[in-house]
Amino acid sequence: MNSKAADRIATGVFVAIAITIVTILAGLFFYIFVNGFKHISLEFLTSPSSNVRAGGGIRDQLFNSFYILFITMLITVPIGIGGGVYMAEYAKPGKVTDLIRTCIEVLSSLPSIVIGMFGLLIFVNTTGWGYTILGGALALTIFNLPTMVRTTEDAIRAVPRDLKEASLALGVTHWHTIKTIILPAAFPSVLTGAILAAGRVFGEAAALLFTAGLSTPRLDYTNWNPFSEQSPLNIFRPAETLAVHIWSVNTQGLIPDVNEVASGSSAVLVLSVLIFNLLARWIGSLIHKRATATK
Amino acid sequence: MEKLLPAKDRLLKSKRSRLDGEFRGKLIVILCAVIMISATIAITIFLGTKGMQSFTKNGISIIEFLTSTNWNPTDKASPMYGVLPFIFGSFAVTFLAALIAAPLGIGGAIFMTEIAPSWGRKILQPIVELLVGIPSVVYGFIGLTVLVPFIRENVGGLGFSLLSGMIVLAVMILPTITTIATDAMSSLPNHLREGSYALGATRWQTIRKVLVPAAMPSLLTAIILGMARAFGEALAVQMVIGNVRNLPSSILDASATLTTIITLNMGHTTYGSVENNTLWSMGLILLIMSFAFILLIRYLSSRRKLR
Repeated sequence: MNSKAADRIATGVFVAIAITIVTILAGLFFYIFVNGFKHISLEFLTSPSSNVRAGGGIRDQLFNSFYILFITMLITVPIGIGGGVYMAEYAKPGKVTDLIRTCIEVLSSLPSIVIGMFGLLIFVNTTGWGYTILGGALALTIFNLPTMVRTTEDAIRAVPRDLKEASLALGVTHWHTIKTIILPAAFPSVLTGAILAAGRVFGEAAALLFTAGLSTPRLDYTNWNPFSEQSPLNIFRPAETLAVHIWSVNTQGLIPDVNEVASGSSAVLVLSVLIFNLLARWIGSLIHKRATATK
Repeated sequence: MEKLLPAKDRLLKSKRSRLDGEFRGKLIVILCAVIMISATIAITIFLGTKGMQSFTKNGISIIEFLTSTNWNPTDKASPMYGVLPFIFGSFAVTFLAALIAAPLGIGGAIFMTEIAPSWGRKILQPIVELLVGIPSVVYGFIGLTVLVPFIRENVGGLGFSLLSGMIVLAVMILPTITTIATDAMSSLPNHLREGSYALGATRWQTIRKVLVPAAMPSLLTAIILGMARAFGEALAVQMVIGNVRNLPSSILDASATLTTIITLNMGHTTYGSVENNTLWSMGLILLIMSFAFILLIRYLSSRRKLR
């Protein structure tokens, strides 16, 4: 009966581990939301932040986060899909393909702070732009590209072979097949992957510290000229994102209500990432249902 | 007039434009692949040369840089550039975090695949995915407001310590380890389990003697990927570890890692100064370590293929 007892003890240990993981998550979410939602109000979301006084909001940071995310995805998605198409459709097994795979692996395992340093070296100092939204977006592109390429490649490989073969058999050229048959069929998975990647970018801070900077100029939201200094749309202005803001209020600690601002910002940040994840799942299952006609 | 062209010519023309499109399309996707290669090479070359500058241009000895425990770059008379305490801090916090996260992550994976494959997985899988989604600064912030005061009052020390850093990192890398370990366990062929049960082994014996050894290379890969993430994490650690320049003597002592020193000092040192250059050298160490982790994972996966 000794082995039976050991079996029972082991099962107990595994259940305990599972409970621990659940508790950690529940505790984290409970803490973030209970503490954060107290401080979220319309005023908090729509007033500019303050450097020294209490009562600052996160309007600019929130806008910057979404704007940098948008610019990043604008660069990442086309390049990522192109790279994915190359890997799935054109790459022949050999040294070059191995090299690209190694590059993807290297890029995806680089610490984000190292990417931030590279961004500082190239997009800030060498180009002479200083801290800019564009520099931040380019750094995040490096950070995000491997994920996007892998997602696209997997999505294309999951497209049934019959579709491609039928198209080629009709005399349609390879590129035209990719454009009109394969990419539309792979679109749902690519979209889901892109949204999940967006959630990751949204919470990223280390790569942005030295590329998009820790400050935001005074913004005038009625100014829509993207070349004006005060316009929120200007991509050559420094921009502090929400994630960076949480870090900087805590380390600089100049404002008296650090805890309130940081809790509120954390809750907004986590909630946004959560919405990204749910959106990705929802769209994924919606399109899956449509495509397979199941309920 | 184009309308009067014979059908033959029109067909030929349209075929040529198709082929042009074919060529252009291929060019575009090849360009995308080239962008990725050049980004990787550019990162290696630029960070490599910039990181070597403190040795080549400023004449700091590499041996002293890597083995001295004196970090005092602001001293006018005799500035010291020894980063051993930070290298030690990085490794210590990474290993300790893996020490906590590995049993939890692999245990969670075994729970999901072996103990309760139906409902357990349905609950735990989304939870692990949610944990991945929490941004690292939020982990750092919670560590700062909950963990640090808790350790200060209940365990001792200042609260800002290796212990806080390792707990925050352990929670951060837990989802990475769990996800990969779950994939590894569930991709094991079912006849392994059936064969073991048919011999009369209990579930625990099956897990310990058959399944875990079979999945070992993948489980190690999971742990190393988690460690790679912990090694490069900057902001969350920086917020809880205390950032002092001394070698810690216990896990309750404040400490610093390579990433935290870079984060803290990059902003307020002059670009091109000696102190700034040593920060780039630390960045180079991070880059080299991330290559080392990749090589280690490659080695493990080649072992997996041999089996």
